[in-house]
Amino acid sequence: METPLRTRALLAVLLLLAVLFPLAAPNSYYIYVMSLAYIMGLSAVGLNLILGYTGQLNLAHAGFMAVGAYTVGILTVDHGVPFWIAFALSGVVAGALGFLAGIVSLRLKTHYFVIFTLCVGFILYLVIEKFEWLTHGTVGVIGIPAPPSIGPISFETPVAQYYLVLVFLCAALWVMHRIVRSLLGRAFVAIRNSEDLAEALGVNLMRTKVLAFVLSTVYAGLAGGLYAGFVRFLGPSIALESHTFELVTFILVGGIGTLFGPVLGALVLTWVTQSLQFLQDFRMIVFGPMLILLVMYFPQGLIGFVNERRARRAAEAARARRERTAQDNRQRNGEARVNA
Amino acid sequence: MNIFFQQLLNGLTLGSVYSLVALGLTLVYGILHIPNFAHGALYMVGAYISFYVVGSLGGNYWVAMAASAAAVAVLAVLSERLVFHRLRNAPPLHDMIAAIGLLLFLEAVIQAIWGADFRRLSSPYPQIVRAFDLTAPAQRLMIIAAAFGLMIGLHLFLKRTILGSTIIAMAQNREGAALVGIDATRVSMLTFAISGALAAVAATLFAPINLIYPSMGHLVIMKAFVIIILGGMGSIPGAIVGAMVIGFAESFGAFYISTDYKDIIAFALLVLILSVRPQGLFTRGVR
Repeated sequence: METPLRTRALLAVLLLLAVLFPLAAPNSYYIYVMSLAYIMGLSAVGLNLILGYTGQLNLAHAGFMAVGAYTVGILTVDHGVPFWIAFALSGVVAGALGFLAGIVSLRLKTHYFVIFTLCVGFILYLVIEKFEWLTHGTVGVIGIPAPPSIGPISFETPVAQYYLVLVFLCAALWVMHRIVRSLLGRAFVAIRNSEDLAEALGVNLMRTKVLAFVLSTVYAGLAGGLYAGFVRFLGPSIALESHTFELVTFILVGGIGTLFGPVLGALVLTWVTQSLQFLQDFRMIVFGPMLILLVMYFPQGLIGFVNERRARRAAEAARARRERTAQDNRQRNGEARVNA
Repeated sequence: MNIFFQQLLNGLTLGSVYSLVALGLTLVYGILHIPNFAHGALYMVGAYISFYVVGSLGGNYWVAMAASAAAVAVLAVLSERLVFHRLRNAPPLHDMIAAIGLLLFLEAVIQAIWGADFRRLSSPYPQIVRAFDLTAPAQRLMIIAAAFGLMIGLHLFLKRTILGSTIIAMAQNREGAALVGIDATRVSMLTFAISGALAAVAATLFAPINLIYPSMGHLVIMKAFVIIILGGMGSIPGAIVGAMVIGFAESFGAFYISTDYKDIIAFALLVLILSVRPQGLFTRGVR
């Protein structure tokens, strides 16, 4: 499918806005918040692959993100491994663990799978908290180095780190676009719509689901690695299931099963949270009911809503066009009869 | 001998609390067909209401338990009416996400009222019971007695009364139950009320030997999930047996392996069992 020109123009505008954002930001705090929102968006894009496209709610996603983050933290701080090598490994380690968890958990269906992944996430959290010799336990990993410069480009300033995160986010979105538009992506969606039907069409259920799961955990791991290099401090609480719930909220607000939905949701909710600073820990009093109202009345999220409206308008236009041609034909037939 | 007996008692106490929570969860599963993530929040709210009645109103422990059971039952019915009933035709994913929203909301409300600090509910029976040179705290014995009393009561209610059988009928076959004239709405509300009350009672029983804090429901609810998977979702005897298995595994694991890893044991057990038997321990045939 060719991307429509209008969508392309919109993407270019969005990218331009993202690039120009540091110039418009009043201080570096805004840039920091925006970069963090991109990292969360990146992680949510990964979760969306298994949740939105393949239809499996994986509640261990924050756990895998923590695995990636701790991979970078432990390797750089305790073993002096260069950041970029550790960063590459964060995706590998999370993906490998995701593979192991996937081949066991994906034999289970629907809520069995959900509860199993909830437990996997909690085991990851407990392991991070209790394995003090490896993870420093509740003290956390402190003093993670910032991403070192690549050639002449250094990532010392917040603005440079912002662009680094933005580049990763764009790359991740492009890769995701390629995945979901490929035959494999079609297989994911087929599984979401009906596992039996997908199997009847010759989709290898287990292999395809494990692949979706591993890809999504690789995204989680890389997002975690980026998070470690950006925040430079890690505690066990990042693995908690409440962070997965937050990512699910991002996806739902932005649009489940859409490419940009998770990022949009992360951005919108991050800034809403920022403007609700005075609520601090009580923001869930707003977000909890919002989540419920969303699934009740607005289950497609922002992007889904726009897409739906556009589709409806296109359908209306098509109907109008059909009627006009029909009318024209009738008229022409009438004229032909008069002439005869 | 005494140490072994202590572990046995601990396991039985934990198993009793878990089984009350898991029973409520498994009953609601029969109606909703989704895991109700908000159940742990109901458990937590139950503990706070008891704490409020005893601490601020100066009420009796048993009065507090009754008040909290009633309040949480109402809360559970409200959640059914306002959230789950409206989503009954939505895909299961939406129910689960709505349940998560409910959980986040209840936790935030409790935290807004009482803060994130740890609270303590003092035990009404702080004595130690001695018999045949074995010792046992009275609170633990009371938990076990109360839990088993409730389980027997629930069993009699479900098997011997018409109202109870309507719950079982609806769990077995929704359309069939509707065909023989069972009012689905009433049964749903009743089931939620029972499950909420059980959670509140479990929390009030367990609170004196534990702490009260906003996220206290997380671990308990996750273990209850493990239990109903092990016992087969929707199965009542399965929930009780599963709860005892987890309770004993935890108390003996904490003693013979390490207290640090006692919480991992339940989840490791689940991972292990589901790896070998994806359908759970006690389920037969196809899911």
